[in-house]
Amino acid sequence: MAVLDIENLIVDIPGRADGEPLGLQVKSGQRWGVLGPNGAGKTSLLHTLAGLRPPRRGRVSLNGEPLENLSRRQIARQVAVVFQERQDSFPATVMETVLIGRHPFLSAWQRESAEDIRFAQEALSALSLNLLKDRLVSTLSGGERQRVSIATALTQQPTIWLADEPTNHLDLHHQVAVMELLNQQADNGAAVFMCLHDLNLAARWCDHLLLLYPDGELCFGPAHTMLVPEALERLYDQKMVVAQVNGAPVFVPG
Amino acid sequence: MPVSKQRAIPALLGLASLGLLALLLSVAVGSVSISLQDLWAVATGGGSELYRELIVSLRMPRALAAFSTGGLLALAGALMQVLLRNPLADPYVLGISGGAAVGALGAMLVAGGLALVSGSAFAGALLSTLLVFGLAQGGGGWTPTRLLLTGVVVAAGWGAVITFMLTMSPADRLPGMLYWLMGDLSYARAPYGAWLVLIPAVLLTLPLGRSLNVLARGPLQAAALGIAVKPLEWLVYILASLLTAVAVTTAGSVGFVGLIVPHMLRLLLGNDQRIILPASVLAGGTLLTVADTLARTVMAPEQLPVGVITALLGVPTFLFLLHRNR
Repeated sequence: MAVLDIENLIVDIPGRADGEPLGLQVKSGQRWGVLGPNGAGKTSLLHTLAGLRPPRRGRVSLNGEPLENLSRRQIARQVAVVFQERQDSFPATVMETVLIGRHPFLSAWQRESAEDIRFAQEALSALSLNLLKDRLVSTLSGGERQRVSIATALTQQPTIWLADEPTNHLDLHHQVAVMELLNQQADNGAAVFMCLHDLNLAARWCDHLLLLYPDGELCFGPAHTMLVPEALERLYDQKMVVAQVNGAPVFVPG
Repeated sequence: MPVSKQRAIPALLGLASLGLLALLLSVAVGSVSISLQDLWAVATGGGSELYRELIVSLRMPRALAAFSTGGLLALAGALMQVLLRNPLADPYVLGISGGAAVGALGAMLVAGGLALVSGSAFAGALLSTLLVFGLAQGGGGWTPTRLLLTGVVVAAGWGAVITFMLTMSPADRLPGMLYWLMGDLSYARAPYGAWLVLIPAVLLTLPLGRSLNVLARGPLQAAALGIAVKPLEWLVYILASLLTAVAVTTAGSVGFVGLIVPHMLRLLLGNDQRIILPASVLAGGTLLTVADTLARTVMAPEQLPVGVITALLGVPTFLFLLHRNR
């Protein structure tokens, strides 16, 4: 069954004419990658799928229930969003920040239980943040903060991951670790839907791709059918050279 | 360090004891010192007529007014800082004290009595709140930044009106007006209104603590973690405005408490609103009670504006904490 059902969706981007409506189903275990040049509307699409901004037209359903019928809390119990931008106006430690992922599951008077703390600790280990757990987030590097965001989402134990450039600021080693982690989440039955700017990460780690063209046109399907040099060249308005490395295509700007 | 439950309870108990101590001190100290034995005698229904009169109708109401005002201001400040996601926010940042001051000074200009001064201060505070909120709505909804800008501009407008009123007032009314502007508890006789607002407000904010922790991470992240952001922001805004309006009506615009007390506590206890909010009430109440006791004793029989003392006590303490935490 589709965990995320997108019907006739037109994302509301102010000042932009309606593009082609999007209709697709995201099923559990799938790893979707969204590709497109800057400004194509990847982030706006992701936020619309999370119910954070209303669509101009169409509807998004979560396990068959339209998002507008669900409370924020009900959505947050299933969907975790990894944002591209973060703001932290007040100091908080890594552990406190990650633990906030349990918020949707706790009632107003409840404190975090031992189990919640265990979830947070496991998430910290999964992202190699153990040693940083008492540090203030504001003192961390960009890549470390990115891992804190992903650990927060992991603590939420979502069935759907909506991740906006989850490998931003990460060095190669951590890029691979994060993609492995999302892979493993999908293997355990979660659906992963992420915006990526790195074609090669998408080619290697996604089984489905959605291409968003700047003029509002779009196409999607299994990854191997989408990774056609002509389509990608048109997507980024950039010549591409395709190399084969270990039997997989690697795209290099030509 | 994250504040664990194990550390939170002792911290709150410690602050509560300090608060009680401050109240006790405030009742005992003054032109006539009252010993602990005499205090106890009055508390148990005995004691001399003079002491009973002094405690029950003068010092106790004033001490309670000081404590509740401090608690209201610190709680309002902590809420405003989270709402506006701006550490520099204080209860007055949205122009509430300006509106209240124009009301109060206007009443003083026409030689109004205490009731009129308090009433128009409260009306002015509410008027300013509505004005800022209405203007911040603009075309779309309000955002914290828009609210903050509107509040600052409206406050500047009130500031001009206040200056105008001060220059136009007869010299014999000026001291009273200046005292009001710096915060003054000498005419606070009935603290019960403040307590009637403070206690429900504390009970209401306690279960909101964790949601406010999430809100402090920004509206998008908060929404993604299951917070209904707009309703929560509305609630916090209305609550903080009401708390400030009541505080200003009780004691004029006492500065500093609402800005600094929450920050001091954050430096000491971390930034978990579940602890910061109740701790702010206790610490704000204690600070203002001690400050008011000093204000009416250090230069007795002269009374100093309590706002001067809160700043003189708070500035070095805050700077010390900030330095220590670097």
